Amino acid sequence: MKKIIPIGPYHPLQDEPEFFKLYVEGENVVDIDIEIGYNHRGVEKLSETKHYDQVTFLVERICGICSTSHPFAYVNAMENLLGLEVPLRAKCIRTIVGELERIHSHLLWLGLAGHFIGYNTVWMWSWKYRENVCDILELISGNRQHYSMFKIGGVRKDIPQDLIPEVEKLCTNLVAVIDMFKGAVMDDPVIQARLKGVGVLTKEDAINYCVVGPTARASGVDIDVRRDDPYAAYGMIKFNVIVLQNGDVFDKAVVRILEMYESIKIIQQCLDILKTEKGEIEIKIHFIPKGEGLGRHEAPRGEVFHFIKSDGSNRPVRHKIRAPSYMNVASNKVAAVGQTVSDAAITLAAVDPCYCCTERAVILDRNDNIIYRYNDLIKLSQQKTEGLIKKLVKQK
Amino acid sequence: MSIIEQVKQSLSDKIISIEENNNLFKKRFYIEVKKEDVVELTKIMFKDLKFRFITATATELEKYFEIVYHYSYDKTGEVVSLRVKLEDKSNPSIDSITPIFIAAEWIEREMWELIGINFVGHPNLKHLLLADDWPEKNYPLRNK
Repeated sequence: MKKIIPIGPYHPLQDEPEFFKLYVEGENVVDIDIEIGYNHRGVEKLSETKHYDQVTFLVERICGICSTSHPFAYVNAMENLLGLEVPLRAKCIRTIVGELERIHSHLLWLGLAGHFIGYNTVWMWSWKYRENVCDILELISGNRQHYSMFKIGGVRKDIPQDLIPEVEKLCTNLVAVIDMFKGAVMDDPVIQARLKGVGVLTKEDAINYCVVGPTARASGVDIDVRRDDPYAAYGMIKFNVIVLQNGDVFDKAVVRILEMYESIKIIQQCLDILKTEKGEIEIKIHFIPKGEGLGRHEAPRGEVFHFIKSDGSNRPVRHKIRAPSYMNVASNKVAAVGQTVSDAAITLAAVDPCYCCTERAVILDRNDNIIYRYNDLIKLSQQKTEGLIKKLVKQK
Repeated sequence: MSIIEQVKQSLSDKIISIEENNNLFKKRFYIEVKKEDVVELTKIMFKDLKFRFITATATELEKYFEIVYHYSYDKTGEVVSLRVKLEDKSNPSIDSITPIFIAAEWIEREMWELIGINFVGHPNLKHLLLADDWPEKNYPLRNK
């Protein structure tokens, strides 16, 4: 007999307002319904009421964690419309901010994933070291989140020469931290047993759902906007795109961990350019012509897409925004089906749905429904890990 | 042969006009096509030429509705957008592309509820972002 487990409208892991209806038979998830819209703020409509400079800051408020990815894609779109190339120094600063954000976002996901499978040490440590990344961002921009660094035609704040060695040192320190997490996750037999083969998204499904970012790259789809369609400083910098084949939660975690090394490489190369490059950091824009612009940025979760339609006035006629989670969350429909209930939560969280809300959970009381709360699902997931540990200990 | 040559060849007589970015960004193409051809051309773009669907933008303009389907070719980084004009402003409607690939399901639902374009043949045309009890024929992204 089919039972329904409602999860949400606050996400069980990230407390994000999404609503998942799991249809279960016994322990197994046989179908899933996804409802979104609980956090719909009408940003696209709002954007039509702001002038172009204000929109940069409006779109920065779409997400709290990857707050620079929307302005990044937006300024790319605007510069596409204008046919404008920004100064090299601005390109490098943009790239550095984008990559620092990737590191702290991946650390945040890693911590939550660790917490979710009962590895609270991973959670505490990764969030501890995430603070260090926020420190670097504070050093550069003055803010730990919502850096307000971007503007059409360049960046708002320079990275002064005397700050570069310090930023460099702090970034180098991060390598040891990532080494630690790499060891903690990739070499741990329990995590391997817990996450391998869980929540598999096949390559075929990944293509059919058009997923992006680490979700796609863990399923063997080799895409990365930074390499495929270079913008900012990415065209002149060497880095690898991490692609794995299995599509399970373990591979998604590994992709994110290995990507952090690449981000540090990119930041170091950009800092090297900044040491010698002494140009301007912006070009002043006085007029936005009629036309269309299209911009992309590889955010921590995948490709962010912005499309601007201008009629020559000071406000956009249409501003289309597509965040990566929009494509990735839908793929839960295939990734979660066929799993057990205790795996559902980590599977749903594995695509790293964008989180910006405070911690809350809702109990839905309906006749004939099993009621699981936020804590119950985490407990289920953690119990499974404990069971695995006991089994492994016994074998030894 | 570059991908844009392949697109031109495959879509051939279905292309009404083609617009290329002449500035620094050479990799952006806008191709206008007829609304009757959308399903067929989507199949060619997605299945034969292996484009990835990014999203679609619907806009209400003065004389018509416009839908722009954005496709990305990730091997070389081109973005090719198919532009469709829906001239019937009182009852805008177009064939759904969701039966071809599932990724279009949400964006078509979104365009339906926010702009009021009907997608014929969509398997699950219901509210996505707005509440289920949102008043009928009330489309937030329309101009008036």
